Amino acid sequence: MSGPNTDYDPVEVTPLKPEEVEASRDAALAAIAAATDLAELKQARIDHTGDRSPLALANREIGALPPQARKEAGQRIGQARGAVNQALAARQAVLEAEHEERMLVEETVDVTLPTDRVPTGARHPLTTGAELIADIFVAMGWEVAEGPVIEAEWLNFDALNLGPDHPARTMQDTFWTEPADNHLVLRTHTSPVQARTMLTRTPPIYVVCPGRVFRTDEYDATHSPVFHQVEGLAIDEGITMAHLKGTLDHFAASMFGEGINTRFRPSYFPFTEPSAEVDLVCFVCRGAGVLDGAPCRTCRGEGWIEWGGCGVVNPRVLAACGVDAERYTGFAFGMGIDRTLMFRHGLEDLRELFEGDIRFTTAFGSDL
Amino acid sequence: MKAPVSWIREYVDLPDDATTEDLTARLTALGLKLEAIEKPGDQITGPLVVGKVLTMEPEPQKNGKTINWCTVDVGAANGTGEPQGIVCGAHNFKPGDLVVVILPGGILPGNFEISARKTYGHLSAGMICSARELGLGEDHDGIIVLPADAGVPGDSAFPVLGLDDEVIEFEINPDRAYALSLRGVAREAALAYDAPYRDPAERSVPEPNGAGYPVEIDDPVGCPVFVARKVTGFDPAAPSPDWMVRRLTQAGMRPISLAVDVTNYVMLEIGRPIHGYDADKLSGPIRVRRAAAGERLTTLDGTDRVLSPEDLVVTDDSGIIGLGGVMGGETTEMSATTTAVLVEAAHWDATSMFRTGRRHRLTSEAGKRNERGVDPVVTQAAADRVVELLTTYGGGTADPGVTVVGIPPQQAPIEMAYDLPERVTGMPIDAATTVANLEAVGCELDKHDTTVVATPPPWRPDLNDPFDLVEEVARIVGYDQVPSVLPREAAGRGLTREQRLRRRVGRTLAGAGCVEVISFPFVGDAAFDALGLPADDVLRTTVRLANPLSSEEPSYTTTLLPGLLKAAARNIGRGASGVSLFETGTVAFPVDRGPAPIYGVDWRPTDAELAKLLEAIPEQPLHLAVVLSGERERAGWWGDGREAGWSDAIGIVRRLGTELGVDIEVVSAARAPWHPGRCARVLVDGAELGHAGELHPKVCQAFGLPPRSAAVEIDLDLLMRRARDVTPGPEFSTYPLAKEDVALVVDASVTTAAVESALREGAGDLLESIRLFDLFTGEQVGEGRKSLAFALRFRAADRTLTEEETAAARDAAVALAAERTGAVQR
Repeated sequence: MSGPNTDYDPVEVTPLKPEEVEASRDAALAAIAAATDLAELKQARIDHTGDRSPLALANREIGALPPQARKEAGQRIGQARGAVNQALAARQAVLEAEHEERMLVEETVDVTLPTDRVPTGARHPLTTGAELIADIFVAMGWEVAEGPVIEAEWLNFDALNLGPDHPARTMQDTFWTEPADNHLVLRTHTSPVQARTMLTRTPPIYVVCPGRVFRTDEYDATHSPVFHQVEGLAIDEGITMAHLKGTLDHFAASMFGEGINTRFRPSYFPFTEPSAEVDLVCFVCRGAGVLDGAPCRTCRGEGWIEWGGCGVVNPRVLAACGVDAERYTGFAFGMGIDRTLMFRHGLEDLRELFEGDIRFTTAFGSDL
Repeated sequence: MKAPVSWIREYVDLPDDATTEDLTARLTALGLKLEAIEKPGDQITGPLVVGKVLTMEPEPQKNGKTINWCTVDVGAANGTGEPQGIVCGAHNFKPGDLVVVILPGGILPGNFEISARKTYGHLSAGMICSARELGLGEDHDGIIVLPADAGVPGDSAFPVLGLDDEVIEFEINPDRAYALSLRGVAREAALAYDAPYRDPAERSVPEPNGAGYPVEIDDPVGCPVFVARKVTGFDPAAPSPDWMVRRLTQAGMRPISLAVDVTNYVMLEIGRPIHGYDADKLSGPIRVRRAAAGERLTTLDGTDRVLSPEDLVVTDDSGIIGLGGVMGGETTEMSATTTAVLVEAAHWDATSMFRTGRRHRLTSEAGKRNERGVDPVVTQAAADRVVELLTTYGGGTADPGVTVVGIPPQQAPIEMAYDLPERVTGMPIDAATTVANLEAVGCELDKHDTTVVATPPPWRPDLNDPFDLVEEVARIVGYDQVPSVLPREAAGRGLTREQRLRRRVGRTLAGAGCVEVISFPFVGDAAFDALGLPADDVLRTTVRLANPLSSEEPSYTTTLLPGLLKAAARNIGRGASGVSLFETGTVAFPVDRGPAPIYGVDWRPTDAELAKLLEAIPEQPLHLAVVLSGERERAGWWGDGREAGWSDAIGIVRRLGTELGVDIEVVSAARAPWHPGRCARVLVDGAELGHAGELHPKVCQAFGLPPRSAAVEIDLDLLMRRARDVTPGPEFSTYPLAKEDVALVVDASVTTAAVESALREGAGDLLESIRLFDLFTGEQVGEGRKSLAFALRFRAADRTLTEEETAAARDAAVALAAERTGAVQR
């Protein structure tokens, strides 16, 4: 830097001469424009805006000028540096954009490559199916009740008006534990859970009881010695068969879609009187019995699917379970979860549910 | 129960245009569920007509056969009225016989189209049919020769052969035993159409007299009524009439002989099972009593049976001659030479019938009806009907003696409020409807102001209390009239905590790549042996089943592993390269707290009684088991895959602990079926949750699983009980993190958990987390030593830690680890 000299004419300082400043600016702008990538631009930045660049050096000379000359020289230099910085920023943006674009192209991968490092898990459709059913009832304010599978004979039979001579109590139908005079069975239905609920709670009672049950059936495409049921029980003042129908219609529509309702046929169950079989409008042909000109396969052309049993809780059952039959009435229903899923999902063979083949289960994912 | 429509129509005047479909729909709505409709002629298209053979000329053929060239009068059925020329290969007929002819254009079963064709030098215009060709049985020895009065030439042969008679098969519920007869089915049909009904059991019968076969009843509860009638001079060779044979066949019973067929026919007609004795083989009075212990009887089916004191038996001077109401004995059985028949129509106690049938594993058409309850009043009518049919078709004489011992039991009257049907069903049912419907099912009514006292008809032993009557009233009103109304909204509390946690456990495991399976919970020694359980292992103490599906698996399982390992092996066997499965299910452990009591049902057991009952029920904890077998992570373009191993199994338990907010403690253990050096016992708050780790090589081998398969089994109930209930809001600092890594060399036998817990304790409150990031063994650390590298992360709640503070905490951690475990910092 030149020393302070108040007599100097500013034009005498070479780096601050307008033509010098313009030349430095133009050189800088040219270098910036010539930079073809970010590295070259970085070099241009160092060369033309760095501490040793002509414009930076010129800027330092301003201090040496007499005060009256500083303003003009400062403006000149400032404008030049401003133009350079602007050009740098603009070029930087262009080159960055170019760089990013090129990088994104170069980084292209084959997105169709497999991604299945860890195999997928799944919950069993019987589990998620039972949850779906539970959720439908919970949404109506019901609760889910459960009980043990090895059950007292009295709870599985006597309390439900299945007397000592009821055919279901034979060894042909029921698994008994040893010794038989311990009076313990593998529950043949989830109804003992209903009995337990009535024995331990005060009405109003609105519960569904999903669970595993056992009968000494042959194991084939439509029967299994181990299967799953869901039963429902409502005990309240003024309960009638109409409430049973309303509840089952709602259940059917929730499970199979709007418009799928139920029909009752007179039937017989010891724990209900009157009793009914529940049929479901076939949700495939929607009750027509015919689909595409051929008999519907799901309902075998009947338009209805047998779904389960139901009825008004027999006052004898209320008595055994300590419910005041003068004050309360109730309804109960029950159906097979396995069977319900079989026709909901078009399963051909019940045994698929119990084979544990992961190809079967994963097809259902983790929800129904 | 199979009922031919023509037989139903015999007792009820159904509208002529009532189709079988309409009839069955209405009966189903009343409670007689349609099982199937059989239409015997639905595979035949006419013209199928009665023909009269005019001429037949045998013509021997070169192939050795002789055919008959016939002319047959088919009336106007062929459009010309001229005799029809037909070639027939059968020889069991003669000119003048009535036969069944299918004319050209007709179709026989099997889509066999009939046309006029040239054969054996003639134009054969149609076919004379055999029973088999019409789908009426297997008889193909010759063509059908109709009775002379079957019809006139040109008549449709469908009604003649019963081909147009549809047969309805019903599923009869146990409470509707009366519908196990045409009498009962027709009664329901009459109800369905409000049509006139003729009761086949309503007939005038001869008065009882002292001249009949002597009968004594020692047990009037077991056998309230015994009617005996006798037919003598009966022709044992007389055939059953065609109509009877046809109806028995339609109803699914095999025709045997006139005497047997008549008893079966009357049972189908009236519902009352009948027994026939060869009267010449009886000696002395008939007596009905309970058997004495140890007495024996060889029943009609040839089985020698030891009788129980509960069995009702029929005896004569020779001893026991029948198991009353269930099956007769061999010694007095009717045979091909029987000419005198003693007809028994007795009413039996239904419960005794059920027990005897069950005890002796005897099911019969008679037993099925007797054990469900038969009308006790129709015994005389049934016996009289048998006598009528036997004498009509067997040519015998009815003995004038009529024995009737005992009195039919009475039905108890039931009082019901008129509005009960409405209150129970929610249908608008007024008193008039209630009265009308109860009368329609045969009740005798005594009407009061607000209640009606109904005495059920004798054929309805199932009607015992007011709700039974409600069902009768309601089914006639029609279940389709029940309105659909949702009950009031219940104030439920949603899923229980345990139910929510169970879903969470399932989703966590599915998220960890495990697939849920559901297996049968039965187990046997073979599975315990395959698991390598020692003889005294607690898991071998099971709840045994008295009647298991298979003697190989006689117990309710104590472990979910056998089912799960088999499922894993099945998947591997089907080509899976790796499989991760889980199951949640109850297992059972016996308790020895005495039998579960059987209480009465007229009132609720006391709380103490209930507690005693619940106490007798085996422990049934909910278990969770996992098996990880073969490839756990796949190889791929990203690099190598990874086989499942012990750490995956323990990792799953830890993951569940994190999910449920439970601190899981892992200690090493040796427990079958796990590898003794690679088995973890997992605990929560010092209580054993279960085990996890690699399976013993022998177990993998026994179940056919890849080596190093790993498994978990824990008590899920326990885990869920310890699950964090309400998560307190976490507090965490946003001051900078200070990192310190330390590598410690310890003896190989020192566990990571021990070192980690010493470091954690020594580091104090400033420690935010600690994690092992490297494990190293080798020469540098010396034989029998290992190096454990931990990442320690420090942070204070209220300030930025200084380097000195962090270093001090680290040093304190290392110092405590050194003191506790002999660790030396590298």
